Amino acid sequence: MNAGDAWEPAARASGPQALPYGPAAPSGPADPPFPDGAARVSRPANAADTLTAHDRSARGDAARWEPLGMAVTPVLDLRGIDKSFGSVKVLHDIAFSAYPGEVTALVGDNGAGKTTLVKCIGGIHPPDAGEYRFEGRPVRLGSPRDAAALGIEVVHQDLALCENLDIVQNLFLGRERRRGIALDESGMEELARRTLSGLSVRTMGSVRQKISTLSGGQRQTVAIARAVLWDSKLVVLDEPAAALGVAQTQQVLEIVRRLADKGLAVVLISHNMNDVFAVSDRIAALYLGRMVAQVRTADVTHRQVVELITSGVSGDLGLRR
Amino acid sequence: MSTELPEGKDAAVKLADSDFAADRREHDVRSALLDYWGRIRAGELGALPAILGLAGLILLFFALRPNTFLSNQNIANLFTQALPIVILAMGLVFVLLLGEIDLSAGVASGVCAAVMAKLIADSGQPWYVAVISALAVGVVIGTAIGWLVAVIRIPSFVVSLAFFLGIQGITLKLIGDGGTVPVRDDFIVALANKNMPVWLGWTLAAVCAAGYAATQLLRWRRQQARNLHSRPVELVIAQSVVVAAALLLGTYLLSQDRAASPLIFLGGVPWGVPLVGVLLIVCTFVLARTPYGRHIYAVGGNAEAARRAGINVTRIRISVFIIASGFAAVSGIVAASRLNSVTPDAGGGNTLLYAVGAAVIGGTSLFGGRGKARDAVLGGLVIAIIDNGLGLLGTKAYLSFLITGIVLLFAASIDALARRRRSNTGR
Ligand SMILES: Nc1ncnc2c1ncn2[C@@H]1O[C@H](COP(=O)(O)OP(=O)(O)O)[C@@H](O)[C@H]1O
Ligand SMILES: [Mg+2]
Repeated sequence: MNAGDAWEPAARASGPQALPYGPAAPSGPADPPFPDGAARVSRPANAADTLTAHDRSARGDAARWEPLGMAVTPVLDLRGIDKSFGSVKVLHDIAFSAYPGEVTALVGDNGAGKTTLVKCIGGIHPPDAGEYRFEGRPVRLGSPRDAAALGIEVVHQDLALCENLDIVQNLFLGRERRRGIALDESGMEELARRTLSGLSVRTMGSVRQKISTLSGGQRQTVAIARAVLWDSKLVVLDEPAAALGVAQTQQVLEIVRRLADKGLAVVLISHNMNDVFAVSDRIAALYLGRMVAQVRTADVTHRQVVELITSGVSGDLGLRR
Repeated sequence: MSTELPEGKDAAVKLADSDFAADRREHDVRSALLDYWGRIRAGELGALPAILGLAGLILLFFALRPNTFLSNQNIANLFTQALPIVILAMGLVFVLLLGEIDLSAGVASGVCAAVMAKLIADSGQPWYVAVISALAVGVVIGTAIGWLVAVIRIPSFVVSLAFFLGIQGITLKLIGDGGTVPVRDDFIVALANKNMPVWLGWTLAAVCAAGYAATQLLRWRRQQARNLHSRPVELVIAQSVVVAAALLLGTYLLSQDRAASPLIFLGGVPWGVPLVGVLLIVCTFVLARTPYGRHIYAVGGNAEAARRAGINVTRIRISVFIIASGFAAVSGIVAASRLNSVTPDAGGGNTLLYAVGAAVIGGTSLFGGRGKARDAVLGGLVIAIIDNGLGLLGTKAYLSFLITGIVLLFAASIDALARRRRSNTGR
């Protein structure tokens, strides 16, 4: 296993007993898997395929993009998703897609419904109505386990870590490696360290530290590591940089970009426009529970996105007045 | 990541800035002890309160009753007294790990014992049919409580309080007001009243001590070989020595002749002790080394996080109540063996208080997420010593109740204060 792959998830590919590395397997020195420097921004420039909610409702169709020339099935394709909590309707007729190899930024003001949408994607809240397609097939998620089985990983805004367990135990929670009926602690600890090193985590003393002893940024890294540990197809990060400092934010953005470059579909929720423009290929804007625009990042300006977030319209983008 | 241990000075410098330095650093005894001290100060008390309590109480009662408290006779008494408490507490540890409570576990042990005794005495069933029936009753009670808590979502203290009352009614109906069901079956009576041959006691103790040391050392070696987080070998050895010493000392004490008459020999480890030993080993393994045990801790620590991790929280919740009631059945059988009878108030009174107290004194948190099977053993011994010592002092009943109540409150306060300390120091 070479150093560049060190962080690469191996968990799902290998059976519970077959570790991809053994105690004797020589492994290279710890190279940071992400080269230093700013996140690489790779965005296919494309001008003509902007669809707005307004066009969509005119055609009675969900928003679709076809990346230049070829028809790529979106990994995730939601149409007409509704979600209410009691009498409060939080999501209205949401259409949303995420494509392999691309970072889709999901933006919106506080309370717009971003987290609720993420929970629908992750199988935590079943949507009340609408179509959920994964890799082109309609699916029905009854639980987070179903989502994980499909290859959907969510880093929740509130992290969802167990403070009384240590880092390794949290990383593998619900998907523990076993040896017979017992836990394979050694295998899990090795893979955990490998993954965290791959994420350039240098500040933690021990992978056997309890979560309760970690700082906010460290917890964030553990939550992200848990999502990239598995061989997933869609990674959703709900405000992953909210609690982070400048350097750590940069690191998270690099991870996000790197995941997309590997061919995963990534959905990133962020309030920081600089981050969104630095790393995303597409931007989806939620306004009061409605998807007001889904555009290519290259086609819009900061100002337009901010207007979409704050008022739901910007020029001919957004809600029809 | 490099898996070789770096050598030389350059490597040492590299080591200092490399990832997870603490995992790679060679722990020495000093750093490990400092670590331990730091954890204590931060509120991670572990077994410390129970061990201090044990030592303090033994000294106290020995000072007050030097002739009787540490007599061979009374030491054996102490152990058999502790058996039902420890078993009940061990089942409760599972419930407490979720931050729930089962107030009916005491009386559940009573009704299970009543079912067993009635089946033997009135229906002439063999002991194993009676024991299996008693366990089945425990499982049914646990399933009902667990379902009401996990599915209907009634707070566990309300559900189990209702069961606490209801089950007492059932026991009363089974046995009749003022009635007593004698327990005469040889096997059942032997649990708390008969002893292993002395040689067997020594053999078992030696095997357990060696087995413990071997598993600890093997784990240490595996961790070393794979360059994983490990403790200094000196500590591993010291811990194995302490466990071995405790086992052998206990066996020695229980192997002394405690017959009232010099003509006969009465000694050896009571049969109930290896029963508790087996339960302890099984529970420790399940909690610490299986995915199911890991999920119990996860649900106790953060149920929502566990749910999002794909853990079936409802099933875990139901299962711990089944375990608690199942253990209650075993505890009731052992208690019936010790008393040679079952009465309508079996498992009532301070039974539950003792068991909860035992778990909490042992180090299990009432807030969930923290606790071990061994807590029940350490705490159970503390409680048994208090109960036994107060008996020897001839304390009036009202005072006994008061004192045990205060002890439980005291243990719960330590738990709550340690928790506050942990959150203040970020642990
Ligand atoms: N479990 C819930 N029950 C009731 N209302 C909820 C629940 N979760 C979210 N909401 C409401 O849904 C709206 C959207 O919330 P959320 O998705 O968290 O927004 P965002 O993540 O975009 O800030 C808010 O008005 C919030 O109060
Ligand atoms: Mg949110």
